[in-house]
Amino acid sequence: MAKELWKGNEAIAEAALRAGVEAYFGYPITPQTELLEYMAREIPKYPGRVFLQAESELAAVNMVYGAACAGVRVLSSSSSPGISLMTEGLSYIAGTEVPAVLVDIMRGGPGLGNIMPSQGDYFQMTKALGHGDFHPIVLAPSTVQEAVDLTYGAFELAETYRTVVVILADGAIGQMMEPVVMPPARPVMTEQERADWALRGAKDRERRILTSLHLSAEGLERMNQGLQNKLARIQQKELRWQETMTDDADLLLVAFGTAGRVCTSVVSAARRAGLKVGLLRPISLWPFPEQRLVELAERVQQILVVEMNAGQMVLDVKAAVAGRAPVHFYGRMGGVVPLPDEISAQIDKLVSEPAGGTGFKTGSNNGYGQPKAMPAANGVRA
Amino acid sequence: MTPIALADYDVVYRRPDALTDVQTHYCPGCTHGLIHRLIGEVIDELGIRENTICVAPVGCAVFAYNYFNVDGCEAPHGRAPAMATGIKRVIPDRVVFTYQGDGDLAAIGTNEIIHAAGRGEDLTVIFVNNANYGMTGGQMAPTTLAGQVTTSSPYGRDVDLVGMPMRVAELISTIPGASYVVRRSVHNVANINKTKAAIKTAFQVQMAGLGLSMVEVLSSCPTNWHMSADGALKWIEDAMIPVYPLGDYRVADAVEPLTKRRRPDRSQNGSLATIPEE
Repeated sequence: MAKELWKGNEAIAEAALRAGVEAYFGYPITPQTELLEYMAREIPKYPGRVFLQAESELAAVNMVYGAACAGVRVLSSSSSPGISLMTEGLSYIAGTEVPAVLVDIMRGGPGLGNIMPSQGDYFQMTKALGHGDFHPIVLAPSTVQEAVDLTYGAFELAETYRTVVVILADGAIGQMMEPVVMPPARPVMTEQERADWALRGAKDRERRILTSLHLSAEGLERMNQGLQNKLARIQQKELRWQETMTDDADLLLVAFGTAGRVCTSVVSAARRAGLKVGLLRPISLWPFPEQRLVELAERVQQILVVEMNAGQMVLDVKAAVAGRAPVHFYGRMGGVVPLPDEISAQIDKLVSEPAGGTGFKTGSNNGYGQPKAMPAANGVRA
Repeated sequence: MTPIALADYDVVYRRPDALTDVQTHYCPGCTHGLIHRLIGEVIDELGIRENTICVAPVGCAVFAYNYFNVDGCEAPHGRAPAMATGIKRVIPDRVVFTYQGDGDLAAIGTNEIIHAAGRGEDLTVIFVNNANYGMTGGQMAPTTLAGQVTTSSPYGRDVDLVGMPMRVAELISTIPGASYVVRRSVHNVANINKTKAAIKTAFQVQMAGLGLSMVEVLSSCPTNWHMSADGALKWIEDAMIPVYPLGDYRVADAVEPLTKRRRPDRSQNGSLATIPEE
């Protein structure tokens, strides 16, 4: 397959079409609008597939809910403020346990914020995508190719677990153009392949009911226990991350998405400077690759989490590391993408001072022994 | 005593196949169950039970999916027309209907019903107006009458503060995509029969692909109105109908033929049947 130049938002849309998505419901919002526009242009070329622009994200997510109940592959996309509106429906989708795929091209917040790339939705996506006890599967690409691959696989993942799968990217991934190898187009599901819970009309069978309502406390607890068991299986089986030069790293960077991409450059620069810096880039943000982080924390001297927010994933990192190594944070907000030089400067500061002694947010050293000293920036190891 | 063979009887009344054999949770004297039955009869008569999907609301009818013997689901509060849109668009040859109360459709769900109508979705909406939020214990709804006492308008609905009751059928009838919009009532037998005829037309409008059809049904709520069952029916007639006049608010030209071909026929289970006119 030849590489072609694709814009992130359009590439995600095309990947969904090739994965056999049958319906798309959405609402315009920058910086994801090209995804909706691409669907508006392309879906009519596929007979039987549905594109519909909803009157709001509230309506869009409930159209997704309806189509998901009918057992079809369905997609929606939005950006941060729109996702906030969708959380009502997403909670119902999670409670009813029907599969759906959602793309969030994050922008700066809170409120109307701006349309610049941001990672401010980490908490919302991984911890609070609606009321009640649930987590969607959250996948964070750092390149357009990865966004394509994750989107292509997201539908099967959603169907396997009857859950919401979120592709969590930001305005940078959505707007940039990169060379991409597109996966082959799959046919849409046949009637025989439809799930045995799908609402298609009670012909020659008992009627089916899909609801998130369980009035008795015991009944709802049973339902929730089932949901939690499912989430535990997901936590075991669906962890995804990428490591760069972690084998001998003294300082571990942890960053996802666009920040992870920037940190890849930082690792190269640090290595050129003789600093043993490595990168753990979580791809699945929920489930979070906690265990791998624990293993790495045992080996490294300190950890620097870089995010395009005020420090959200860093809390998960600290929880996993649990004091095994000091955890520092560097973040930019409001749509500012941290530059490699800025992050390198933070690393320089960390390696030239004892951990915990820098002027910015640091992790505490919870009695797991004294932080190991890093060599000074100019005192490169032989 | 010799038992009389069943064959010796004519069946004049039975549970429609489209209703399940369970007791409903509705309060004594409430007309939700009656409206359910009318829908069940219509689904039977049209032979669409195996092809129909019900979208239940949030409100008193939240368990509607338990009572209709069809595939069913339950929408977030007010979102039934959006959820039904999602279903109908992906399986357009099925019959999809929503069953919504006045809190659900006329308050929190106004956006969804207006735009489903605006798009001319081929959906049937049964809109049950009982002038209050029943499920939560009788609060003021947009349809609550001026001066009507509810738990959230304990001194009576003050129209200076919260405005006049909202007339939904009239509102939706201004939208071209809604091709059949009528208001009926179930306070007496004649009106029950008219309601059933309208529900049947509404489903036929969908089956003919003519756009959104909505039947607003004035319905009683004796519990929250603090009235007897028959007192509540009388209140519909005396207090509600003057504010919510019964009638056909929009019958698109294409729908006209569907409404003119009906006259009472008591030969089938005491129900109305559609008979082509000579």
